[in-house]
Amino acid sequence: MGRAAWVYGGLVLLAALPPAFLNPYWIDVLNSIGIYAVLALSLNLIVGHAGLFNLGHAAFYAVGAYTAAILNTRFGIPVLWLMPVCAFTAGFFALVVARPIIHLRGDYLCIVTIGVGEIVRIALINDVFGITGGSNGIFGIARPNLLGWVIRTPHEFYYLIWALVGVTVVLFHLLEYSRFGRALNYLREDDTAAEGSGINTAHYKLASFVVGAAWAGMVGNVYAAKMTIISPESFTFWESVLMFAIVILGGSGSIPGMLLGAFLVVGLPEIFRGFANARMLVFGAAMVVMMIFRTQGLLPARPRQYRLPEAGEGEGRA
Amino acid sequence: MEQFFQQLTNGLAVGGIYALIALGYTMVYGVLKLINFAHSDLFTLGAYLGLTLLSSLLLTDRLGPLWGTLLLAAMVMGLIALVGALLDRTAYRPLRESPRLSAVVSALGASIFLQNAIMLVYGARFQVYPQNILPETALNLLGVQIPVIRILVLLASLTLMTLLYLFIQKTKVGTAIRAAAIDQGAARLMGIDVNRVILLVFMIGPALGGTAGLMVGLYYGQINFTMGWVYGLKAFTAAILGGLGNIPGAMVGGLLLGVIEAMGAAYISIAWKDAIAFLVLILILIVRPTGLLGERVAEKV
Repeated sequence: MGRAAWVYGGLVLLAALPPAFLNPYWIDVLNSIGIYAVLALSLNLIVGHAGLFNLGHAAFYAVGAYTAAILNTRFGIPVLWLMPVCAFTAGFFALVVARPIIHLRGDYLCIVTIGVGEIVRIALINDVFGITGGSNGIFGIARPNLLGWVIRTPHEFYYLIWALVGVTVVLFHLLEYSRFGRALNYLREDDTAAEGSGINTAHYKLASFVVGAAWAGMVGNVYAAKMTIISPESFTFWESVLMFAIVILGGSGSIPGMLLGAFLVVGLPEIFRGFANARMLVFGAAMVVMMIFRTQGLLPARPRQYRLPEAGEGEGRA
Repeated sequence: MEQFFQQLTNGLAVGGIYALIALGYTMVYGVLKLINFAHSDLFTLGAYLGLTLLSSLLLTDRLGPLWGTLLLAAMVMGLIALVGALLDRTAYRPLRESPRLSAVVSALGASIFLQNAIMLVYGARFQVYPQNILPETALNLLGVQIPVIRILVLLASLTLMTLLYLFIQKTKVGTAIRAAAIDQGAARLMGIDVNRVILLVFMIGPALGGTAGLMVGLYYGQINFTMGWVYGLKAFTAAILGGLGNIPGAMVGGLLLGVIEAMGAAYISIAWKDAIAFLVLILILIVRPTGLLGERVAEKV
């Protein structure tokens, strides 16, 4: 335990360093990586842990971003205060759309989530209820204000975003080892056996969808605050594919995998600028190759290990 | 009434195109229980190869519009069938024994790869088909002016569907395909080379899809590297509408979806045209996941 604490403390210190010597451009790249890392972590709960193929995650991200944008520009509520509201609307939206389709098996669910994502995007473009601003989107979203400190530059956003990454990693780690996480893994491995052991599979699947979506909604809030302008273009199918690719390539079910995946998928194309046009080509090929040679991803989740109690040490023995 | 007939014929023409693409999805699903995401990009590739062949070989100038177009279609079919076979060998065959969801991810990867390969080769802009290939006159049917090309597109897709139906129902190879779809193990025991059946399915489906791409190019006049994804999703909706794995179902589903969409665009709102198709997809999966012509199979969903 002592060693782990040192390792994590070191990582946190390391994460605090980059703004000291990187220019705003690279800090902005790191910010994008952070945003995608959190999105991938939230999608990982649905795809990696519950094994539900969700290719419409951008829809929940969009709901969060638009909630923040609309409430902030119309009523002047500070964006950071809106975080729980964004989580709630995205989660509630997920509950409403996922409830009737949650029983669908793998590939059918995948197709339906694509459809949901597209419907949301079309609704945003068509200025649904007259509040989404159509294809121009919404602009003039206020900067986040943290106890009087206005977060404006990429360097300041860096700390906000990576703090969110840190909190997300810790919470999702705890979730992974909770009763909830175990139940999700069980039903991913064997739906029928899980049901037979008294796990309400539909309930747990739905819960994973709602929690993942709510978290994506919160990222949407941060994204809206960072950009100050959002439009339907930012929430296309390709956005969902990018998140999905991070989860699959990084290693579904594994938290370090998500961070590595975000660095590879979002960061690498920035390092090799000439390669930026071909990046989706390479990811596509990588997904095929990965499925053939290394289905579990680059940094797969380690199997759970439990120590058996030593003889005489266990409770409940005679 | 005029508008109704215009939309009906337009819906049928587009529906025929959906049906042709849907056949590729449904045949692969029938045999492999796999959603071939890359199918939509083979459709796009068909449109682009058609344009390249058309402008480089000048077939229609040399052979006249009818024979030129037919030869062009045959060439596109052959080429896309080859690509389909190649796709099966590289992306799907190594995964035959893996969990089904691995194959789905591989299909998605193949789709992303193909779409971006098309973009890198042909560029991201819209490409325009030559205007004067097929007659641009309109036919007077019961007092309604209907463009000839619309009728030609519908006739072409109906002909292809009839040929496929006869092939599947009446020939020995067709019987083998049906047998492999019902039970691969039993088909193997009966001496059917299932891997060859799968390869064949991966050639016929894309060939039809590629022809559909060519038809879109000729009908609408412009193509883009991303168009496959909307057409693919709608064709997939059509396949589900008719019952995934069911060949006549895909044909009926395609025509039906085309008409629903055309009517929705005309009488509800054109801006929501795409959303209507996806709504149909979601509703059918909630209400009747086995499709209109599908049987009730417990394991299916």
